Amino acid sequence: MPLAPIIRVHPDDFDIVAETAALTAGRTDIGAIVSFTGLCRSENGRLSALELEHYPGMAEAEMTRIGTLAIERFGLLGLTAIHRYGKIAPGENIVLVIAAAPHRQAAFDGANFVMDFLKTSAPFWKKEHHGDGTTGDWVAAKDADDSARDKWR
Amino acid sequence: MTRLVYFAWVRERIGKAEEEISLPPTVATVGDLLNHLKTLGEEYETALQFPEAIRVAINQEHVDHLEPLAGAREIGIFPPMTGG
Repeated sequence: MPLAPIIRVHPDDFDIVAETAALTAGRTDIGAIVSFTGLCRSENGRLSALELEHYPGMAEAEMTRIGTLAIERFGLLGLTAIHRYGKIAPGENIVLVIAAAPHRQAAFDGANFVMDFLKTSAPFWKKEHHGDGTTGDWVAAKDADDSARDKWR
Repeated sequence: MTRLVYFAWVRERIGKAEEEISLPPTVATVGDLLNHLKTLGEEYETALQFPEAIRVAINQEHVDHLEPLAGAREIGIFPPMTGG
C-alpha cells in the first residue's frame, strides 16, 4: 500500500518534537529527517498579526496531493505537513513540514518541494493586522514563489 | 444550481463568502463564468476586473480558465495563494 502523508489544518499550534517522534516511532529504516517551520514575522514592528484564511476541505486535499507527489518523487518514508489558520502573532508558528527518508538528500529535497508547492498551490491567504489595531492589506503573491515552484518541473 | 465559494479579497469585494446560482446554458467554461459574474453587479465587477489574478477550483481542484464547468458542484474563486 502506498504511503500516505500526514496532513493537518487547524488553528492550534503544533509540537515539532512530538510530530517528529510520531513519524519515526518503531522505525529503523529512516536515516534522515528534515523539518521546516514557517513563523510569523513582525516586519520590523509593522505587524501585530497575520490572519490566515483557508478553503476548508480543499486545503487538506491540496496538501495531500502535494505530499503524495513528494513521497513518490523522492522516495520518502514519511511526510507530515501541518498548516495553521486564524490570527497568528509574530514569533508564532504558521506551518510545519517534516520529511523522512533513508538518506539526507531526499529528505532535504522532499521538504523543500512540499514548501515550494504549498506556498503557491495550497489555498491559504494572509491578511496583515497592524500594531495600531487597523487591518491592512492582503499579502500579495510573489513571483519568486512561482519561480521556486517551477524549478521542480 | 451550482455552489460558488469566495475567499480573501474576492470574498471581501463581492461581499459574501458563498452563494448558490443557476448558470445560463451559454456559460460553458470557467472564463465564461467569470464574465457572467461580472454582469451581476458592481461588486462582482470590482472583484473580478483582473481575470489574470483570479484562481479557480472546481470540486476543490485547481483548474485554468479554459476548463469546462460540466460536472461542477462547487466552484471556488480566489486570489493567488499566499500561505506557508
